[in-house]
Amino acid sequence: MTKQSLIVLGIVVALGASAFAATKPTPPKGTATIALPADGTAFKPGPGSNLAQGACLSCHSSAYVSTQPVLTKAQWTAEVVKMKNVYGAPIADAQIPPIVDYLTAQYGKP
Amino acid sequence: MELGRGRFLAAGGAALAAAAIPGGASAQSVKLPFANGDRPLVAFPQKRPLIVLTPRPPQLETPFAIFDQGVYTPNDAFYVRWHLSNIPQTVDADAHRIAVTGAVNSVLSLSMSDLAAMPPVEIAAVNQCSGNSRGLFAPRVAGGQWKDGAMGNALWTGVRLRDILDRAGLKAGAKQVQFDGLESGVFPATPDFKKSLDVEMARSEDVIVAYAMNGEPLPVLNGYPVRLIVPGWYATYWVKMLSAITVLDKVDDNFWMKTAYRIPDTPNNDVAPGQTGFATIPINKMRARSFVTNVADGGSLPAGSRDLRGIAFDGGTGIRGVEVSADSGATWSDARLERDYGKYSFRRWNAQLNVPPGNYVIAVRATANDGATQRATAGWNPSGYMRNAIETYAVTVS
Repeated sequence: MTKQSLIVLGIVVALGASAFAATKPTPPKGTATIALPADGTAFKPGPGSNLAQGACLSCHSSAYVSTQPVLTKAQWTAEVVKMKNVYGAPIADAQIPPIVDYLTAQYGKP
Repeated sequence: MELGRGRFLAAGGAALAAAAIPGGASAQSVKLPFANGDRPLVAFPQKRPLIVLTPRPPQLETPFAIFDQGVYTPNDAFYVRWHLSNIPQTVDADAHRIAVTGAVNSVLSLSMSDLAAMPPVEIAAVNQCSGNSRGLFAPRVAGGQWKDGAMGNALWTGVRLRDILDRAGLKAGAKQVQFDGLESGVFPATPDFKKSLDVEMARSEDVIVAYAMNGEPLPVLNGYPVRLIVPGWYATYWVKMLSAITVLDKVDDNFWMKTAYRIPDTPNNDVAPGQTGFATIPINKMRARSFVTNVADGGSLPAGSRDLRGIAFDGGTGIRGVEVSADSGATWSDARLERDYGKYSFRRWNAQLNVPPGNYVIAVRATANDGATQRATAGWNPSGYMRNAIETYAVTVS
């Protein structure tokens, strides 16, 4: 074991001891890094699925759609319009009806 | 505290099954008890396997059996809910600053060292999503379809928001204090997630800027390095990765206050499905709730056991009593309350059923110190917020 690694080991042991001795936590120091897993979800196949993927998946996974209760066409219309008007999804007006038709056919009821 | 996988499966509060996931690896999944309730269980960074509502942005539900393990919810089991998909995956606490601006006498830029120099405060508090249990609404409503695990209880350490505001000095005419964190939308047009409290609430004693959770740094997915803690209030206000505190001289009119997270300004905040034309107010204090934690709906007590355990909490007055029923709420008896960790914390309770073997519908009902209790029939609002009906559990006793 080199002298350097012994010093590192000593620091690690000292840090471990101080962690046990600490009474109150203090604000964190240093960088925390995570790697979020890939989305891994996908829309069901069907007419309009490509359009829905382009409109929806840039902001959120398809699970946002597939976990909803079985919504009516009127409810899916309200959701798509909200995504465009409130959340700024780049959906052209002409794309709204085919996206709603896709969502209603695959994840909804008439 | 670490829960072995085998034990977890045995104690799971929902039907568990092996399921294939893309790529050929095998994972566990659960089926929550409502339509489209299939969910994978996946271990996200710094987390044990949790129930995935959506992977992007991450929305992860705590499996309910975790709540039977102790009064505090372990950090690696604590639920996760983000609104927008641009979430920093690397956060440098040394470089992080909280900008304090707006209607203040002195603009501040607070570092972790600045927080370390301020008096620390420790507080046990439940963090519960406004839409916890939304999947149980009848009729169903659109939104995040949680069962009951979008909540957790932790011991938070931080500094009083009031101390920060006093250091900055509020100008006359300050009305609200707005909080912003590091998450943002994918498109510039997406409203940035910001929440506001009235100055009086912001200056109340128990609102803190927390840098530790159960004695450890916050997991990144719970808001490392600092988040706002608003004990007693729904979690929408508990802004994660807090980066800006802005004192406003008017009532906040941003989307997340003016349009989203609002409840009917009606008795019990209820409306009839389809009703329109009612006034709304921002969601605020949590309602009293109680749960059984050692047996799930449809489950069985171990042979010979008559033990029931659970948790209760409210919006910050503390729990006065918990009652249990073995006949679906027709008759009630008092449970024993366990140690009090503070008025914002989960309060654990236990009870012994005095029944012969058979099938029973167990019910549990909490009463808070302000007298508020739970109703037998769930109310309804169009956003699926604030569920607090009496929970019932079909249980086999042998």
